[in-house]
Amino acid sequence: MSREHSPGMSVIVKMVTRLTAWVILLYGIYIVLNGHLTPGGGFAGGVIIALAFVHSVLAFGKDEASKIATKAGASMVEALGAILFIAIALLGLSWGGFFVNFLPKGTPFDLVSAGTIPLSNIAISLKVGAGLFSIFLTVTILMKSEEKK
Amino acid sequence: MISSSTIPLFMAIPLGGAFLCALLGKRVKSAADGIGIMAVVGVFMLSIFSVITLQATDGGRLTTAIGNWQAPYGIQLVLDSFTSFMLVTVNLIAFLVMIYSISYMTRYTDKWKFHTLFLLMLAGMNGVVITGDLFNLFVFLEVASIASYALVAFGTGKNELEAAFKYAVMGSMGSLLILLGIGFLYSYTSTLNMADMAERLQLLGDSRITLTAMVMFLMGFGLKAAMVPFHAWLPDAHPSAPAPISAMLSGVLIKALGIYAICRLLFNVFGMAPQVSSLLMVFAAVSMAVGAVLALKQWDMKRLLAYSSISQVGYILLGIGIGTPLALLGALFHLFNHAVFKSLLFLDSGAVEYATGTRDLRKMGGLSSRLPITSGSTLIASASVAGIPPFAGFWSKLIIILAAVQAGYWFYAAWAVVISVITLAYVMKITRYGFLGRIKKQLEVIVEVPAFMRIALVALALICLLGGLLLLPGVREGFLGQASDVLSRGVVTLSEVVR
Amino acid sequence: MNAYLPYVMCIVLFCLGVYAVLAKRNIIKILIGLCIAEYAVNLFLILVAYRVGGRSPIFSSTDVILPDVMVDPLPQALVLTAIVIGLATTAFLVAIAMRLHDRFGTYDITKIRELRG
Repeated sequence: MSREHSPGMSVIVKMVTRLTAWVILLYGIYIVLNGHLTPGGGFAGGVIIALAFVHSVLAFGKDEASKIATKAGASMVEALGAILFIAIALLGLSWGGFFVNFLPKGTPFDLVSAGTIPLSNIAISLKVGAGLFSIFLTVTILMKSEEKK
Repeated sequence: MISSSTIPLFMAIPLGGAFLCALLGKRVKSAADGIGIMAVVGVFMLSIFSVITLQATDGGRLTTAIGNWQAPYGIQLVLDSFTSFMLVTVNLIAFLVMIYSISYMTRYTDKWKFHTLFLLMLAGMNGVVITGDLFNLFVFLEVASIASYALVAFGTGKNELEAAFKYAVMGSMGSLLILLGIGFLYSYTSTLNMADMAERLQLLGDSRITLTAMVMFLMGFGLKAAMVPFHAWLPDAHPSAPAPISAMLSGVLIKALGIYAICRLLFNVFGMAPQVSSLLMVFAAVSMAVGAVLALKQWDMKRLLAYSSISQVGYILLGIGIGTPLALLGALFHLFNHAVFKSLLFLDSGAVEYATGTRDLRKMGGLSSRLPITSGSTLIASASVAGIPPFAGFWSKLIIILAAVQAGYWFYAAWAVVISVITLAYVMKITRYGFLGRIKKQLEVIVEVPAFMRIALVALALICLLGGLLLLPGVREGFLGQASDVLSRGVVTLSEVVR
Repeated sequence: MNAYLPYVMCIVLFCLGVYAVLAKRNIIKILIGLCIAEYAVNLFLILVAYRVGGRSPIFSSTDVILPDVMVDPLPQALVLTAIVIGLATTAFLVAIAMRLHDRFGTYDITKIRELRG
């Protein structure tokens, strides 16, 4: 029995989403952090992280999900990700070139290795994830304002 | 004055400024204006320094490798005289348009979004001009294009949205054709560095793959440069954008993305073949005619100026097609002049719209009595477009026509003169209907535009007046001569670029 | 001829996308046509990199894999970038399409013709 005036989807969907949204988020973070070892990296991991947030907005409705992530927060995280990426690139200038990999490279196949590449992956994932989430919010808010007319 | 390690700053400063605007623009009042002005002033100063530095460098070229990955495996940034010429043009116009837009954009909401997108577009254009790698050129071309699609739709009225949709679909099609061309070239030469590719193309010789790639590039970059028959997006996109964006689009974007890429690829990578240059000349002649004739029947001021852009780009392409050193000098000088006077005309039309609220020439008249600075700068710019001595436009058109006569193309020279007469006709249409005559009753209360807009208009008008001085013997070698030398020297191989 | 068949299919797919952009009247169908053309170009770039009998270009910590048997990894990086660019363009065009529907009340491109001349 579904009630039309309660926001979001049915109770079963909400119960399952409470578990699966975290799993998706964890999977996305794993793909980002292992970007220099296995396929994936910043962009793919960022898309999966955005999907975790989209999943919770779809299941719970916009008003409840705005306690976790709002449009203004997404904008700020997006800009921070981009500024972090450019800062890593410009810091290389003091070590002899633009974008130079200036952190110690470590041994191959370790989790902490390859210099600045994991940091760039994290910055890109922040930007892409927040960007896709705000695209999704823009499109759905526009639909809602259209239906109200 | 600048070393090779500061070359990446040309794209890093506007990118960083854009994201700082996005972060701080909504929270701190007028932070977006400040960050925008500082970023544009910084890049403009750097571009002036780059011209001065290249005089002192032997070989006339500065290169740097991103991440210290050596060419041909890494991405190289190459700054030679043609690049610094384009950088000065792009950043000068961006600087003056930014000053203008501080007061003009107060009529729109969300000024920080405008500054973010504007700085992104500037970063994309700078990136296209300084890169030495073919795929990097495509990436920055897309950054600038997507920012310009969003800027055309900035007002979100009916006309802006329709124009932005058409522009975005056609622009994406052009970019897909460019990517297809890059794919063909990579499969043939297995390298993406432009200098290395030039070397390998000389070794491997011509084949059907290079012909296909060249056709794809002509189509894709011709769409970005608004060459006829790929011009259909321009008469809708340029009038609908806000006036500072029309100035940037018509003044520098179609040149930095379209004409610069065509020149760089056809002269320094492929090597100019006679069939390609005659094809370019045919397209150029058609562009000149279509733009000029269709501009005559327009009553919307900005739409008239947009068609005029198509016509003047035809002049530049004619100079490039002829290919002799004198013709290349004329084409590059006309590129600089057109950037200055077309952006001045678009900023003027924005000032007229700011003051009177209309763009229709039939509703205006006699504005010179109430708007002295706007009408004065429009008259100077119109004289420059039409090619009246001693304004700058006269000298560049004269050089192109003389080069055509010298190379034996009598028909094209006569064609250029005829189109010049039509150009005079449509600029006289603007001045006669818009500015001369008696002012209408309801327009008698208008006032001159605010101070920032006036500064930009006066500065651009001064450059129009003094532009002819760039042809003086001492100055000519330094600025324009070296730029056209880079093109006429032909194919540049990897050993010349790597130090 | 068999060796070139995948490339020919890519070009056919690209032409299908261009046909949809040119001939369809609904804005969303034009968008889908543009996406199809973009997928075709990405597929072409990856096919350029293929080597018969090659394996994926990832080093492993347990075996020794020589780079000679790997497929070319450079076009894969190009395609990754091109996919991101396509995503940005598609997102922008979807937003424009929704606003066009807001203002004009229709998704039919033949009725959105205010700019002419």
